[in-house]
Amino acid sequence: MSSPKLSVSEIDLHTYVDGRLPEKRREEVETFLAANPQEREQVRAYQEQNKILHALFDSVLAEPIPSKWQNPGQYWTMWLKPVAAALAWIVVGGMLGWVLRGEQAGQLATNMDFARRAAIAHAVFSPEVRHPVEVTAEQEEHLIRWLSKRVGGDLKAPHLVDLGYELVGGRLLPGEKGPVAQFMYQDKNGQRLTLYIKTDTGAERETAFRFSQEGTVGVFYWIDRRLSYALSGEVRKEELLKVANAVYQKLNP
Amino acid sequence: MAVPAVSKAKVHFFPELGPKGFSNTSGVLKIVDDADGIVAHIPPLRRYARALTGDYAAAEDLVQDTLERAWRRLQLWRQGSNLRAWLFTIMHNVFINQLKADQGRQNQAVDGAEVKLPVTPPQDYRLELRDLNKGLRMLSAEQREVVLLIGLEQMSYDEVAKVLGVPVGTVMSRLSRGREQLRLLMNRASTTTQLKVVK
Repeated sequence: MSSPKLSVSEIDLHTYVDGRLPEKRREEVETFLAANPQEREQVRAYQEQNKILHALFDSVLAEPIPSKWQNPGQYWTMWLKPVAAALAWIVVGGMLGWVLRGEQAGQLATNMDFARRAAIAHAVFSPEVRHPVEVTAEQEEHLIRWLSKRVGGDLKAPHLVDLGYELVGGRLLPGEKGPVAQFMYQDKNGQRLTLYIKTDTGAERETAFRFSQEGTVGVFYWIDRRLSYALSGEVRKEELLKVANAVYQKLNP
Repeated sequence: MAVPAVSKAKVHFFPELGPKGFSNTSGVLKIVDDADGIVAHIPPLRRYARALTGDYAAAEDLVQDTLERAWRRLQLWRQGSNLRAWLFTIMHNVFINQLKADQGRQNQAVDGAEVKLPVTPPQDYRLELRDLNKGLRMLSAEQREVVLLIGLEQMSYDEVAKVLGVPVGTVMSRLSRGREQLRLLMNRASTTTQLKVVK
């Protein structure tokens, strides 16, 4: 009894119980157990424990999974903050539009409204885990063709990989007077930026960059060749401006 | 319109990976895969939570809290290696935090359970099941975690060490003590019974 006992440790016994010993070692342990009833009983008891654990708890595996656990969209409370902030700005904007109603205020209100709509679209879709876009960047050609056709302009989704942002994809959204497009980008940390584009620019054909802070979402927006662009993100203003500049330059090579 | 035509050339974001590379490396597609992956791990997470807490409502809350954390951090999780270990690690952290929060009550519960342990004769299997379940409640939380992750979830010792953030040696000693204590508790239960039967 003493000689084989020397070669088998407590760890060996557990590893044997869990079926994780290499074949040769397993045979050695079995030889040892045949000669040592006390350890044999120990091993038998441990094996029995594992069996009983499964008998006790395996039925849980068959329980239907609540739908709230299957859809991360259900965890809406964690996205509530930016959305609520954006909604608050709708109210403020509405009041501002009322106060500023009048001929000369029209264009200003329109521009601010554009930035606000872009910010809301950003706040709503950028936290989406499962469905951030309708068409992914994998089908980029189709995405551009589709959105160009629906929005009624020649759209492009500039590549921003050199700035650390990959194109995720895009979606079609209802705008004030018709469909608008949203392209989504994401950096390696999951930080997302959205580029919101509409074709109706009113009387203006070109503008400089303008910045608007809509709650936690910053927006740079501008008009270029009868397309209105808004780049939104919850990043530092300088970072957003850098990307906005890059977008502008890539659209005007 | 003065806008130049959109280039129709297909441009790949990961040119080094070639045309097929994109579908596997796109952040979003991966996130969608991971989301589905999380759902696939829900039944074992739930089973483990039930065994760990010994209480239906507490277990469901533990799963809920774990999933909320997981979804929230999923965007940041890009390792691609072991989703299961990652999820169980989150559950371990949530569990330990809860334990710290109501340490006092926890101790009371264990004391209460100990008093009642060996009462009825284990003449059928069901009773043995109950004894083991009771025995589990009497282990320390640390031992219980190890016994369950290995015996029920069939994780490797290395994986358990990773999930709990302790060395493998610690895992082994907790396993050894936990299993032995369970064995003794169950023996005690059946010995008491035998005495009763003899009487």
